[in-house]
Amino acid sequence: MNNRVVITGLGICAPNGTTISDFTDSIKNGISGITHQPDLEALGFSCQIAGKPPISEERIAQYFTPLELRNLNSTGIIYGVIAGLDAWKDAGLERSSDDSPDWDSGTIFGTGTSGIDKFRWAINKIDDMEIRKLGSSVVIQTMASGVSAFISGKLGFGNQVSTNSSACATGAESLLLAYERIKSGQAKRMLAGSTSDSGPYIWGGFDAMKVCTFKHNNEPEKGSRPMSLTASGFVPGSGAGAFVLESLDSALARNAKIYAEVLGGHLNSGGQRGLGTMTAPNPVSVQRCIQQALENANIKASEIDVINGHLTATTKDALEIENWKIALGSTAENFPYINSLKGMIGHCISAAGSIECVASVLELEHGFIFPNINCEDLNPEITALINENRIPQTLIEKKIDILAKASFGFGDINVCVILKKI
Amino acid sequence: MSKEEIIAELKTIIKPYSEETLALENIDENTDFITDLKINSANLVDIVLDIEEKFKIEIDNDSMAKMLTVKATVEVIESKLQTNVGE
Repeated sequence: MNNRVVITGLGICAPNGTTISDFTDSIKNGISGITHQPDLEALGFSCQIAGKPPISEERIAQYFTPLELRNLNSTGIIYGVIAGLDAWKDAGLERSSDDSPDWDSGTIFGTGTSGIDKFRWAINKIDDMEIRKLGSSVVIQTMASGVSAFISGKLGFGNQVSTNSSACATGAESLLLAYERIKSGQAKRMLAGSTSDSGPYIWGGFDAMKVCTFKHNNEPEKGSRPMSLTASGFVPGSGAGAFVLESLDSALARNAKIYAEVLGGHLNSGGQRGLGTMTAPNPVSVQRCIQQALENANIKASEIDVINGHLTATTKDALEIENWKIALGSTAENFPYINSLKGMIGHCISAAGSIECVASVLELEHGFIFPNINCEDLNPEITALINENRIPQTLIEKKIDILAKASFGFGDINVCVILKKI
Repeated sequence: MSKEEIIAELKTIIKPYSEETLALENIDENTDFITDLKINSANLVDIVLDIEEKFKIEIDNDSMAKMLTVKATVEVIESKLQTNVGE
């Protein structure tokens, strides 16, 4: 089996938009979703700004039963279910009937950790000698696969239902894992995506590692500065992105709207060897990942119109550009356009890859390249590698054909996906 | 508190856990939580916690295991309320 795989549905729960139309409008116009977080300030965080999807109680109540809502304390599950169900609906698909699961549909919906606020509540109860007060809602919200289990229950999936986890590469990895399953004929449709909790207990570890910026607490929207000379660490974010992957045959048979084709991709690890460590990428494996993705997708480097980078706004941004340049064998002049969504939404950790993939698919669908914001002072180490006009700072309306998306994660993990307009 | 009053309170507690509106409406001593009300067995512990809070009683593991029908549940509640009065 060697099925062609297409994307037929999108769902989003991002700091700057929680519907596809709002999100499209935001990314075209460079609208930031980064805001000041009073709880982080009160807790003495160095970085007191973050990206958090604005979701009302009314909106949440459309996706969960009153019973589920009673003890729901997992923002990641809320974001994931909203994005996942919206993607399924966007694809024109229904939930399966009440008596039989849909054997041809499944989900690989990733996360880094689940229900961290719920976990905190449960741990405090246990330490207070109140173990029996936990009730039945702790396990389902704190198991890593909670998000895929909730989504599957609502849609009635009968195929693989799983959660992947590969740090900040999780979202892009979920797309590739779902792609492989459809390509090999083991499923007709897979809901892929990823989610990440909000709040001090998920972001605290990064704050303590001093990888987040502490210089922009009074100007949140300027805080996330990928590729800028004044980039001083990432701004933490949260949310979820989701996409329905489907065999081309299945999509054509039901006359579905097709956003893009997944031409292929690659995932690998630098093994924390050479320059690679737990937290730093091995450049050899990053370059190899990009090159193998091109080979897998059967395209030439020169065919790539746009790169959606990982580009987090740390000192590693220039290294990433250098890796792309070496891997593609390009010059400063013919380097593809490159952009980073993190300037608008921060680094959404395990949700970054999926939210950024949704943005990438929208660029292909509507023919535009979203602007990079907060890099009016481009880092000279980057402009020494590629021409300034490769880094658009205003919206470009232009038909694009092929886009490369990469995500990199702690553990020295790399993912590169190649998407094509169809 | 009379048996009827206890059942009326129970009905309010159980309502969010069951989608069987007709069976809920006609709840009586013989109602079974799982077969009649189709309550997810994982939620039985949540119902016990709600009962403890409502009646201000504490229910031990052995009693909890018996609470699968309205009749058994009312008996446990009555006996715990009795103990409270005795204290």
